Amino acid sequence: MTESNASLPVIPPGVTNLELLDARDGAFGVKGSGDTSGFGGLVDPRVMPGASQAPFGGWFDEVAEEIELSLADQGLPFASATEKVVVDRGEITFFVRREHLLAFVRVLRDEPGLRFEMCSGVSGVHYPSDAGRELHAVYHFLSITHNRRIRVEVTAPDADPHIPSIVAVYPTCDWHERETWDFFGIVFDGHPALTRIAMPDDWPGHPQRKDYPLGGIPVEYKGATIPPPDQRRSYN
Amino acid sequence: MSTDHVTYGSAESGSSDPFAGSYDTTEGTIYNVSGGDWDTISAAPEGEKERIVVNMGPQHPSTHGVLRLILELDGETVTEARCGIGYLHTGIEKNMEYRSWVQGVTFVTRMDYLTPLFNETAYCLAVEKLLGITDQIPERASTIRVMMMELNRVSSHLVALATGGMELGALSAMIFGFRDRELILDIFEMVTGLRMNNAYIRPGGVAQDLPEGAEQKIRDTVKLLRKRLKDTSNLLVDNSIWMGRTVGIGYLDLTGCMALGITGPVLRSTGLPHDLRKSQPYCGYENYDFEVVTETTCDVYGRFLIRVREMEQSLRIVEQALDRLKPGPVMVADKKIAWPSKLAVGSDGQGNSVEHIKEIMSESMEALIHHFKLVTEGFHVEPGQAYVAIESPRGELACHVVSSGGTRPYRVHFRDPSFTNLQAVAAMGEGGQVADIIAAVASIDPVMGGVDR
Repeated sequence: MTESNASLPVIPPGVTNLELLDARDGAFGVKGSGDTSGFGGLVDPRVMPGASQAPFGGWFDEVAEEIELSLADQGLPFASATEKVVVDRGEITFFVRREHLLAFVRVLRDEPGLRFEMCSGVSGVHYPSDAGRELHAVYHFLSITHNRRIRVEVTAPDADPHIPSIVAVYPTCDWHERETWDFFGIVFDGHPALTRIAMPDDWPGHPQRKDYPLGGIPVEYKGATIPPPDQRRSYN
Repeated sequence: MSTDHVTYGSAESGSSDPFAGSYDTTEGTIYNVSGGDWDTISAAPEGEKERIVVNMGPQHPSTHGVLRLILELDGETVTEARCGIGYLHTGIEKNMEYRSWVQGVTFVTRMDYLTPLFNETAYCLAVEKLLGITDQIPERASTIRVMMMELNRVSSHLVALATGGMELGALSAMIFGFRDRELILDIFEMVTGLRMNNAYIRPGGVAQDLPEGAEQKIRDTVKLLRKRLKDTSNLLVDNSIWMGRTVGIGYLDLTGCMALGITGPVLRSTGLPHDLRKSQPYCGYENYDFEVVTETTCDVYGRFLIRVREMEQSLRIVEQALDRLKPGPVMVADKKIAWPSKLAVGSDGQGNSVEHIKEIMSESMEALIHHFKLVTEGFHVEPGQAYVAIESPRGELACHVVSSGGTRPYRVHFRDPSFTNLQAVAAMGEGGQVADIIAAVASIDPVMGGVDR
């Protein structure tokens, strides 16, 4: 009975596909059991913070304007380089289209008004429900000069998991990109030596993807077995 | 064109040993040797270059944990240095996706095992940012966090000096460092119940208030540490042997640090006073009076001096935190987030307090339901992501947390300073001698638990 809920259109009004993360259905993840409580019919959409419109407030506007001007100098309109800007919980995120990532981070590093000297590395996130944008690479940049921190998010589809490497601009991303490749299978094009870093070289699969099968030893007790953690009955 | 002879120093070259002997590759003949077998290899034929690749670690007392160094040598000179990591990968980040938000603390504390309280604070600050309760954290909880973190900074720096000293042959420094660190671990045990892996800092505050007598014990320990830290620094500062091993070694300037994303004592040894406690204060660090210690030597000795002097600054902060401690709650007031049970030490060790058990088991059914829901299910966190960076003893320790609105993290990523800083080994060590690599790695002070996670 609860199986079908996941495929129901649960997009609330005003929310685009980009932000809909998932739908919580049922009371706590019970699937296929004879739930008579009625909670099994609950459908609760999970929506990530949506795009923000300028003015973003504080120094966010200065940074956004500076980026826009610098990109325009290179003949690259801000709107075509970025998908959207999200301001949430006091942090600003630029969703950058992957084909323009290299130009974008070069501007971040070199423009005197931006001066993001330090890249804190890459973190991957896998959103299997975000069709066509399943793999997200999340970069954080710190400007010591201006004491600012911003986030840049780049997406790639599972079918074509390629994102340009920024090692040429920020050499610190060498190991970080290797780690993200190792755990998420994002191929960073142009990386000098994209090899696994934490898992053994011959390891199959990328363990931190949401579709990576979890192990777990079936514990048998009086004929019943305990499945891996991702298949257990749990709160959601 | 000449072919290279590659010698890998690893296994024995006896004929019965399957890992020894030699074999031909497109690169030339490769010989595997170890220890006393070097004589069995004849010199490379004339006109052919000899390359010696030495595999140091991962099980080696001087590589600072399970770090594997792959060194290409020309005599004593290191021409190429590469790190092999991953031997301590435990999948902590993945594990956390299947545990509640509060249980995550128990995992992160085991990442960089010398700075458990920093890992916990970074994670909890990120969760609190996601929950939007950063301003509601009681002042006493923040003060305790600061105090515990600074004590942790001293204990971590003491281990850095101890193991660093040991790796360079200064064994007295190791004895002194570990002896003094034990004083701080005693405090941790008294306050949190555990010497390491404390799981003491929780989303919303800290697990429990300071026990009776803790403040006095900390004051006494700080006094004792001041005296003892002088012993350690007297042993090494101005020690000509120590300086001979460290001055001018492991050079990395500001440009190199910026490009490689290096933070912490290594960055401050280039003269840049970058410290997140000053530039982006958290937990109320703006209210404390302390100095950011810098040196301008860019070398191992400078990093050593920074650690010694940072410990003094940390003790200053601990004393200020003790003076600022005012009675009050140590957990956020929001009952939907705060951990319901109270801990106490009973005859069988630490556990739920008797009063709490009495309340939920025999007085209030609502309290029992509340306890059960919060402990088994946990709290929901609105969808979104947060990034919080703090200044750990090794540099910028940051936590990127993504919530999908559930009772468990959707993704937790730690930007561990050891991981990033270890990338500097090649820049620091290539062109130097094998012994200098040891000094350079020791000055980075990587903790493999944090590197591999």
